[in-house]
This record gives sequence, structure tokens and C-alpha cells, in this order.
Amino acid sequence: MSLSAGPLLAPGRETLPPSSGSAAGERRALRTTRAIVWYLPAVAVFVGAIVGWELIVGALNLQRFVFPKPSAILAALQANWAEGRFALLPSALATLQEALIGLAIGTVAGLVVAFASARWVTARGILLPLAVAANAVPIIAFAPLLNNWFGLLNPLSKALMAAVLVFFPVMANVTRGLVQVEPASLELMRSYAASEWTVLRKVRIPNALPYFFTAMKVATTLSLIGAIVGEYFGGSATVLGRMIVQSASALKFDVTWAAILLGAATGIVFYLVVVAIERLVIPWHAAMRVDA
Amino acid sequence: MTAGSGPPSPTPAAAPVVRVAGVDKTFRRGDRVVTKALEAIDLDIARGEFVSLIGPSGCGKSTLLRIVGDLTAPTSGEVTVNGKTAEKARRDRDYGMVFQAPVLFDWRTVEDNVKLPLEVLGWDGARRTARAREMLELVELGEFLRHHPYQLSGGMQQRVAIARALTFEPSILLMDEPFGALDEMTRERMNGEVLRIWEQTGTTILFVTHSIPEAVFLSTRVAVMSARPGRITKIIDVDLPRPRTEQTRELRRYFELVTAVREALRAGGGDLDDSGTVGGAASAQRTIAEGGVG
Repeated sequence: MSLSAGPLLAPGRETLPPSSGSAAGERRALRTTRAIVWYLPAVAVFVGAIVGWELIVGALNLQRFVFPKPSAILAALQANWAEGRFALLPSALATLQEALIGLAIGTVAGLVVAFASARWVTARGILLPLAVAANAVPIIAFAPLLNNWFGLLNPLSKALMAAVLVFFPVMANVTRGLVQVEPASLELMRSYAASEWTVLRKVRIPNALPYFFTAMKVATTLSLIGAIVGEYFGGSATVLGRMIVQSASALKFDVTWAAILLGAATGIVFYLVVVAIERLVIPWHAAMRVDA
Repeated sequence: MTAGSGPPSPTPAAAPVVRVAGVDKTFRRGDRVVTKALEAIDLDIARGEFVSLIGPSGCGKSTLLRIVGDLTAPTSGEVTVNGKTAEKARRDRDYGMVFQAPVLFDWRTVEDNVKLPLEVLGWDGARRTARAREMLELVELGEFLRHHPYQLSGGMQQRVAIARALTFEPSILLMDEPFGALDEMTRERMNGEVLRIWEQTGTTILFVTHSIPEAVFLSTRVAVMSARPGRITKIIDVDLPRPRTEQTRELRRYFELVTAVREALRAGGGDLDDSGTVGGAASAQRTIAEGGVG
């Protein structure tokens, strides 16, 4: 049963290398083989850890509310999948929705500030120190306030928690990508008497794309963290954060673990989607190049 | 300073393409003069000429090229290009630039890299494609249209950069140690290519190098510079026959000219590959970087 966690990563990975054209099925088979060999150790360790967990919990006869077996967690996941007091799937979808809205808001805000501060030195002078200072604040502490401002039951209060967390890495990375352009590239554009707008479109934005995707990979995780933490402080009951809090206070720790597992799986899928988009958009980037 | 260089410049007496008059360049930090990079530079370049600037590290040869190309401003003195200020000439796209690094964009294919200046100039798509392909044929990279720069060797990348610089037919090509990063054999082959392209296109070239054989082989005239402060100490006419081929490198006159350039460099007090810091070029680069951001 614990094996079902194994293929979670492997098939996801296989879809990732850009399937260049439709030629050479032989080469594709080789690549698949290589991918399997590459991921085998990681999968083996993962499966081993799950099996070990199962066996040790059984052998030590730990109370199931202290440390449930993986098999118990999966059973809880199955029993509480779609309905009942702890309906996990609708909760996960609601949390994902908050995280997505927050990701969108935080990303747009981060991009706006990044472009403004890359374009105008004054904007950079004002915005960057403020953003850095704000980032040093433990932003999570604002969650109860956001709930208060936007309404406990309003998903927007959770989405904004996510947005605040997403904002900084997007803003900082994209600013760097827009500003840290090779001086020679700028001189080249200068020799063409290119306008600042042309330089932005043809040099700065393409240059910033890898930075943007790096930020997005961090931001997906942060958006889920923001949404779940926001939920801890109250609101709609069918969200992952509430499931975790309530099942834990009802001592149904197998359900708590199941909710955490679902949250983790959501995060991983979210991340892999960003990686897939990255490979489509910037196949030319050094980190993306697949050796022939 | 007679332009006695022969066939490629049919009207040596005509108004020069480039006129540099009394140019000084000092780099300052606050009120303190850090480097006196150039002093009292005079140089005229006629249409169709191939002029090399040679000198020890830190003699300001790159700085001089960058002043001609309006990438940095002189502290005093004047630069006139096609009868205009350097800035006006740059705005009129009179310059094609080739740097030591090829400066190609990884996100563009070879063809799209060559099209870049034409996009900036607002050419329509079909004309851009035709022109880019023509230029890539000229540098013999017609088969590599769809490649990305990182898939090419250093020499091939530099040929792409040359094709890109030539696409919009600039009246002067500024080349700043374009082959400095290449091995000797590739460099000699590239020298042949540049001469061929120069003869085919009839463009005027200002070329910075620290290789004596390269300067002599390529140029109609070699301007020898000395360091601290950077000055042009001697201008040597290169009266080698054309077209120049691999046999040119065997001629007695070729060796005499190589010796003449070397002696001029010694007389100027600079051995080549003097390991002094190149304060000029480096800090000028920084200035541009900061200016470009704001």
C-alpha cells in the first residue's frame, strides 16, 4: 500500500523533458530509461522510508494518535476523501483556490514594483528599502489582522496572506533580472540608438525570465503556506488549515496527517506545473538545456 | 599622416569619415584624477580605410574607440563622424559595433540575433529575414540559422556578431579586440574573413588589437599608442599588396612592417602585454552600466 506514494514523482518527471519533435522513438526510450535510472535511488529511499516508518511504528507499538502508520494515514485519506466532517478533497481545492488567487495578486504586485524600480532610479530608492524592511517583518503575524480587515469568512483574507508572502521573492528576483544585464548588451543596444522601451522588450525582459521562474518556484510553496496559515486563524470550515486544526483538536491525528499529505501533494503538483511552463518558455536557458 | 594606402580608398583627399581632434579623456573619482587615459589625440580616417589602434594594456585604445562610437564622452576635444557629432552619428546608425565578447542573446537563434538591429531600425519582417540570411551567407554560417549561440564555437559566435554589425550597412565598423579571445589559428582565419568582408562591402573599419601581426596584416594604417597618458606616438602606413593572403605573411615587407610597429611600441615605452591595470576601459564600462540602468 505504501508503494502508491512511489510513482507520485516518477511519472511527473517523465512528462518534463521537452519532447523535441516526434522523431526517434528509440532515443525517447533511451531517455526514459535514463530518467528511471536517475530517479531510482531517490524513489528507493522514499519507499524505504515509508516502509521503515510503517514497520517501526508497528514494532514499537506507538499509540496511533502519537504517530500513525502510513497505512492508517492513507486509510484516513480514503475515508475522508469527499464527504463527512473532514471532507479533504473539497478542503484542498478551496485552499488551492485561495493560494492561486494570492499567487496571482502577489505576482502582479511584485512585477509592478519590479518594473517600476528597474525603470526609475527614484522608485528604486523609495520602494526597495521599504520592501526589504517589510520582508524582515514576520509577515505571518499579520494573519489575524488580515482576517479582521477582509472578513473571517472571506477567502480574500487568506489569499492576501499568500499574496504578501509571494510579493517579495517575485519583486526582488525580477528586479534583479531586469537590472543585472550585461553592460556590453546595453552598449550594443546603445550603438543601435535603441529606445529604453526597446531595450526593455528585447533585452531586460528576456534576461529577467529565468529570475522570474526561480521566484515562481518559491512563490507556489509560499502561497500555500500563506493560505493555510491564514486559515489557522479561523474562517470557512472546509479548508485544509481548518481540517488540520480541527482534526488535531479532535485527536484524529491520522486525518491531520492525511490533510498534511494532501497539502504536500498539492504543493508538489503546483511546483511541477511551474517547472513545466518554465521548460516551455525558456528552453534556451543554461539550466534547461538537455544534452543531445 | 598621408593616406597613402592604395586601391581601397579611391578618394584619399576627400573629407574623412572619422575626424578625431585634440581629444583628452580623464577618469575621475570625485575631484581626483584617477587615470589620464587619453591625451591630445588627433586621427583622421578616410572612407574605406582599415585603421588599427595598437598599444600596451591601459593605453586607452579601447577608450578611444568607445569615444568615436559615442559609448563614452571625451573630457575635451572633438569627434566628427561623416561631418556630424559622434552622438548624431550614433543616432543615425552610422556605427556597427563588434566587441571582444560576441554579445549574442541566448534566447534568440543565430538568425534572430542577426535580425536584432533591423528590428530596432523598424525593417519589415520579410526584408529582415532576407538581409539576415544574406549576411549569414557572407560569414559562411548559412547552415546555422536555427542554432542558438551556445551551440556554436567562439569563432563562429564572433562571425555572427560581425554579420549582425553589417546588416544595416553602417558607414563605419568599430571592432574592439574582436578576436582577442580566440586561439591563434582561428584568429588568422578570422583575419582573412574580415579582410574579405571589408573588400566586399567597402566599409570603413576602426580596429583595436594588441596583436602586431594582426594589425599589420589587416590594416591600411596602424596607429601606435603609448600608455599613461595614452597618446598616438606613430602612424605607420601599411603598403602591402592586395589582396592579402596567407602568402602576405611570408613577405619580407610584412616582416619589416611588423618590426617597425614593434619598434614604435618600444619607443613609446610600452611592451605589449604589459600587465598594468586597464583602468580606462574597465571604469568606462562601469559608467555605462550604471547609466544604462537609470
